[in-house]
Amino acid sequence: MRRESFAAADPALDTGWTEAPPRKGFFTDGSICIGCKACEVACKEWNGIPEDGLSMLGMSYDNTGALGASTWRHVAFIERRGPSRSGGFTALPMVTDISGNDHAAAVDTAMHWLMSSDVCKHCTNAACLDVCPTGSLMRTEFGTVVIQAEICNGCGYCVPACPFGVIERREGPADARNVGVAQKCTLCYDRLSEGMTPACAQACPTQSIQFGDLDELRDRAERRVAELHAHGVTDARLYGADPNDGIGGAGAFFLLLDEPEVYGLPPDPVVTTRDLPEMWRAAALAGAALLAGAAAAFLRSR
Amino acid sequence: MVPDATFTSYYGRPVVKASPWKNDIPAYFFLGGLAAGSSLLAAGADITGRQELRRAMRICALVSVTAGTAALIHDLGKPSRFLNMLRVAKPTSPMSVGTWILTAFGPMVGIAASAEVAAVLPRPLQALARPVTVAARPAGLLAAALAPGLASYTGVLLGDTATPAWHAAHRELPFVFAGSAAMAAGGLGMMGTSVAQAGPARRLAIGGVLLDVLAERRMEGSMGISAETLRVGRARLLMRTSRALAAGGLAGTIALGRRSRLVSLLSGGALVAASACTRFAIFEAGQTSARDPRYTVAPQRERIDTRIGQ
Repeated sequence: MRRESFAAADPALDTGWTEAPPRKGFFTDGSICIGCKACEVACKEWNGIPEDGLSMLGMSYDNTGALGASTWRHVAFIERRGPSRSGGFTALPMVTDISGNDHAAAVDTAMHWLMSSDVCKHCTNAACLDVCPTGSLMRTEFGTVVIQAEICNGCGYCVPACPFGVIERREGPADARNVGVAQKCTLCYDRLSEGMTPACAQACPTQSIQFGDLDELRDRAERRVAELHAHGVTDARLYGADPNDGIGGAGAFFLLLDEPEVYGLPPDPVVTTRDLPEMWRAAALAGAALLAGAAAAFLRSR
Repeated sequence: MVPDATFTSYYGRPVVKASPWKNDIPAYFFLGGLAAGSSLLAAGADITGRQELRRAMRICALVSVTAGTAALIHDLGKPSRFLNMLRVAKPTSPMSVGTWILTAFGPMVGIAASAEVAAVLPRPLQALARPVTVAARPAGLLAAALAPGLASYTGVLLGDTATPAWHAAHRELPFVFAGSAAMAAGGLGMMGTSVAQAGPARRLAIGGVLLDVLAERRMEGSMGISAETLRVGRARLLMRTSRALAAGGLAGTIALGRRSRLVSLLSGGALVAASACTRFAIFEAGQTSARDPRYTVAPQRERIDTRIGQ
């Protein structure tokens, strides 16, 4: 339970793997995402994930909505009126009147889009893995976090434990695989084992999703942010790349063009088990109080 | 100190996911606490020679732990795989720790309760049940030793999540739940025993109400904005009902618990129900806090702003 250092150096070696390849991860660069959702489709196809709703959400071009048991890549799509604050990315004239009468006025009202493909963060300190009571969730040799579906008994504890709302119990359709079991991105464990690139990164047409050794990806991302800042895109920032953050750094991190919560990401996620020693102490004290109270209840003569 | 009322989210969609748990889980918290408190009363009654209280509490502990375990298994996505819980023992998983406590506790109260059944069997059968009768006291004491853990770990189970209202309450939840367990078991003891033997049950119930109420007040104070979720919707109704029942039960117990069997029955029932309402209220509040991104985003944003300000 007690870790030598909260920011683990190599989660695979820390877990007990004796030989491990360099830690693998994703760098998802939101500044070049075009919102095509090829990643969502490739992920579904490769992993045989069942359909989980074809409803219109009525909020933007995003009808996927959120990550879940049967959505392991999710492209957030934010539509905003007004020009972008820093410039440097899509600013489009908006058609406000489909009858075509008001084009001149419409061009004045600029809007801009933000897009980024979300995925499981494969945390260095993963709450889902910590709280799993069956050992179904495991750390792979690649440093990623994977569910062993045949072991999971669907207790659901990992679902509220995840600070990002990624993992979820699959509730249907009834004839689908792994119903009743927790599901999430595996960082294509099967493909990695064969030396292949995960399906989403392979399918991404703009290289917004980059796969590789985490150390190298972090260096690349730092350079990309510096480059964007030099071009005046001062809102560019990394999310999940800092090994000293509340989850010990993410295996899958992001370059965003606005605050994380705009994309539906928590601004300061912390692995809940960081406070667990304190909770066990409280439970021990509470238990002692109960025992003492019960003993005292019998001390007085009737 | 007051968090910014304006916060940003992705089209108002939740950031964290609410647990997939249904009413089975707060019901288990209640029943587990009831079983834990009952086993403590049973052990105390055994040592101090209160036969009537011992018998009632042993039976009650077995019934509630059995029903609680059934609820727990029923809530699993794959109930047939319940035993996978016993593949590993993980101190980082309060559910794993709790499962092991429950696994040890269940058979112990089972043995203790069987002895009570054996005692009313016809004479020839009693000889056969002799091993159970002999083992009853040590088993009952072992169960009592495990009971404090069983009553308080459920508070850690809820606290150890990213659900805003539960995590914000992680320091106080074990105390609230321990108090709630004492309140429920004391109340049940008052219901199931004559007033002459129910003295320890009354005292445990009174202590339980005090611990529950004080810890709950403190908890609301440290929950930040997520305390709001205890004051809206179903959680509000449950919390208010719990308070009213606890206050009524406490008053009845203190005023007439020693004299009136009827008042003992009613007060005890009110305390049992109050304990159940508390569990459901806290469960409900957590679910509400997970579904609204404000409870996740606003405190985290405030934390960042404080860090930057320093």
